Amino acid sequence: MSTTVDQVTLLARRSVLRTWRNPAATIFPLIFPMLLLAVNSGGLRAETHLPGFPTTSFVAFALAVPFIQGALFATMNAGTDLARDIESGFMNRLSLTPLRGAALLTGQLGGVIALGVVQACFYITVGTIAGVRFASGAAGIAVLLVFAAFVSLAFGSLGAFVALRTGSTESVQSLFPVFFVFLFISSMNIPRNLIQTTWFRDAATANPVSYLLECVRSLIITGWNGEALGLGFGVLAIIAVAGLSLASLTLPKRLGR
Amino acid sequence: MRNLSVARAVAWRTLHNVFTNPSLVIPQLAFPLFFFTAFAGGLSRIHDVKGFDFPEGYTSFQFVFVLLQSAAFGGVFTGFGIARDFETGFARRLLLAAPHRTGIVFGYAAAALCRWLVTAAFLTGVGFAYGMKIGGHGVDLPALYVLAAIVNSAAVLWACGVAMRLRSMQAGPIMQMPVFLVLFFAPVYVPLGLLSGWIHDVAVVNPLTRVLEAGRSFVAASPEQVGAAYGAAVGLAILFAWWALRGLRKAEAAG
Amino acid sequence: MDHPNTIEAEKLVREFKKGPRAVDGIDLHVDPGEIYGFLGPNGAGKSTTVLMLTTLLPPTAGTARVGGYDVVREGPQVRSSIGAALQEAALDPLLTGREHLQLQAALQALPRPERAARATELLDRVGLTEAADRKVRGYSGGMKRRLDLAMALVHRPRILFLDEPTTGLDVQSRTALWNEVGRLAREDGVTVFLTTQYLEEADVLADRVGIIDHGHIVAEGTPDELKAEIGRPTVEVTTAGVDGRVAVEEVLARFGTLVPSSRGVAVRLETTNEAGLAEVVRALDAGGLRVDNLELHSPTLDDVFLAKTGRSLEGHGGDDE
Repeated sequence: MSTTVDQVTLLARRSVLRTWRNPAATIFPLIFPMLLLAVNSGGLRAETHLPGFPTTSFVAFALAVPFIQGALFATMNAGTDLARDIESGFMNRLSLTPLRGAALLTGQLGGVIALGVVQACFYITVGTIAGVRFASGAAGIAVLLVFAAFVSLAFGSLGAFVALRTGSTESVQSLFPVFFVFLFISSMNIPRNLIQTTWFRDAATANPVSYLLECVRSLIITGWNGEALGLGFGVLAIIAVAGLSLASLTLPKRLGR
Repeated sequence: MRNLSVARAVAWRTLHNVFTNPSLVIPQLAFPLFFFTAFAGGLSRIHDVKGFDFPEGYTSFQFVFVLLQSAAFGGVFTGFGIARDFETGFARRLLLAAPHRTGIVFGYAAAALCRWLVTAAFLTGVGFAYGMKIGGHGVDLPALYVLAAIVNSAAVLWACGVAMRLRSMQAGPIMQMPVFLVLFFAPVYVPLGLLSGWIHDVAVVNPLTRVLEAGRSFVAASPEQVGAAYGAAVGLAILFAWWALRGLRKAEAAG
Repeated sequence: MDHPNTIEAEKLVREFKKGPRAVDGIDLHVDPGEIYGFLGPNGAGKSTTVLMLTTLLPPTAGTARVGGYDVVREGPQVRSSIGAALQEAALDPLLTGREHLQLQAALQALPRPERAARATELLDRVGLTEAADRKVRGYSGGMKRRLDLAMALVHRPRILFLDEPTTGLDVQSRTALWNEVGRLAREDGVTVFLTTQYLEEADVLADRVGIIDHGHIVAEGTPDELKAEIGRPTVEVTTAGVDGRVAVEEVLARFGTLVPSSRGVAVRLETTNEAGLAEVVRALDAGGLRVDNLELHSPTLDDVFLAKTGRSLEGHGGDDE
């Protein structure tokens, strides 16, 4: 009888393998954020001339965005994989085995976290090649990797919840525009204090994604900013707790237990 | 005449499916609206950058880009529908039923244009509600919409050619990515003169830059580069019409 | 120029890249108004042949003329002359049955005033009037097949291709479809090219049958001709006791050749018709022999296939190439 650790490892490996064998799921999360970074860095470079802009390098400013875009892809990957298992009947097959429900969720998310960390390494490498110097140094990069893992866990669990609740890949994919909106109506392209339009600034201030971006940005541009780090990790913790709780509550029903 | 009949039938079915299906209509309206809000609302401070001298304001500046973007992506979304038709086998039914198959391609293109016209009307209304200013008496505006309509046709013909070659939903990213790159390697956020480095060099050779700059000049009531813009747009449309029809032949050969 | 409702193929070949020849030089001639059954196991090349004849797949070699038009050079004319219901119904789940028919009518350039009436007429003919204005995603498999047939008939084609039209249908729906196909051929003079895996379907419907295997036509003729070609009926008698068996063997040997039987005594009759059975019964009765059971086995198309290819057709199921 396999232990929980065995089961988690098995399912995490399966999650990684599935993503790896699907080029669109592997290459797109790596390439697309970098394309957007290149485009925005070039197109918005003039923004660095605005009084109060925190850095002279727009690449350094914009590098925070891929880490959060990675969250979007984590959600889609975790959710889509689980939803496909449900639609195809594979979930029924799993529920007839001694597999523990917690192991299923942990394994699935474990795979997503592993991929999230790989993505983060890629973004850091590209940023470094593009001339970005991390103000927080090597320790800050380590914290950034932990943050990336945490982001994948938090948003992956939301995707998993939607998949378990609806059992539909289409429903999971409908999360894409929702996250997109949260990403864009934030401090993604301009610092919050420089947003001129009042309603937009207010929306960005209320948007939790702004704090996630600012947390990453602080490690890249500022160094060690306790407030930004506290807010970023705090928001992430809330999302992770909410996502994991919802997913855990929904899982037994899906497994018929 | 038979081609026209086929085109009308294909266009009718595509439009019928889109406009009776909220999950297809809402994204086509919501995404451009969303981009407009994010760019015009979030980045309006760029108006204060030294050298930014667009007379009608940043909202109008971004409206032109979002209009062209909606035209381009409107074409791509119709391309997704074509790929889905192949994947479900419905395209085979069209190939079998249509005596003259060229009409199928033009039917899809006509549907894409009609879809986009609805989006354009919606976006224009929102733009004005948001305080968009139009220079002069607005007589140049029709020229902007005609330009955008040609961009829409070029985009749908591009997507159609891809869909007919790959004949599966996996064609989606291949349809989308080049269009995204062409759009965003143009002067999206600031005029061409304020770009520098590699992005400036790329934007200079990007045909969409002519279209975008001409579009903005229409809004500012001082048309510039009109010939180059229309030439680029029409040239792309002709090129992708050839691409789409070749794709049709490949789809026929594959059975 | 006269364009008869014929289907002709000469040395028709279809080869796929990196694959075997799905159709390997077949010759066909289907007369006007004939129902031609194209029978074969999975992967034999039936659907590939249909795709070529309906201009959906170009042949690699050979020629084919449908309705008098060349399938390669005169595609539009071929498509105007034919209707086809292919293996997959390929319907749009977002359209209603009526909308499908109107779309088909528009594609075939039926005059606008006629389209609605034609749709109503066909919906009635295939028994879908009540479901006409419901979206197809709510239709059963049988309803989809019927709609598919209706769509193939919208423009009153002279030639109809049906690719496994009754696969997955219940008995009632199947019989209804057979009746409709038979009526089209008899009353409207439509030439029907029908592919099927079901022996009974070919037996009941087809005027002539072509049997295809591995891309070749291995036999062709009317069902009776084909069956007669390979065999005569067999009578099988089951008796109680060994003594009874010996006596039965002596009687049956007078009517033909004794053949092995696991259940009793069997004889292959010398006559090809079943009148011989009556004589066997009379002879057994005259001999005062008690029999427990007596069965007449006529050759089937499966027997024909077995004789021609060494394999049985029955038991093959699933999708063709």
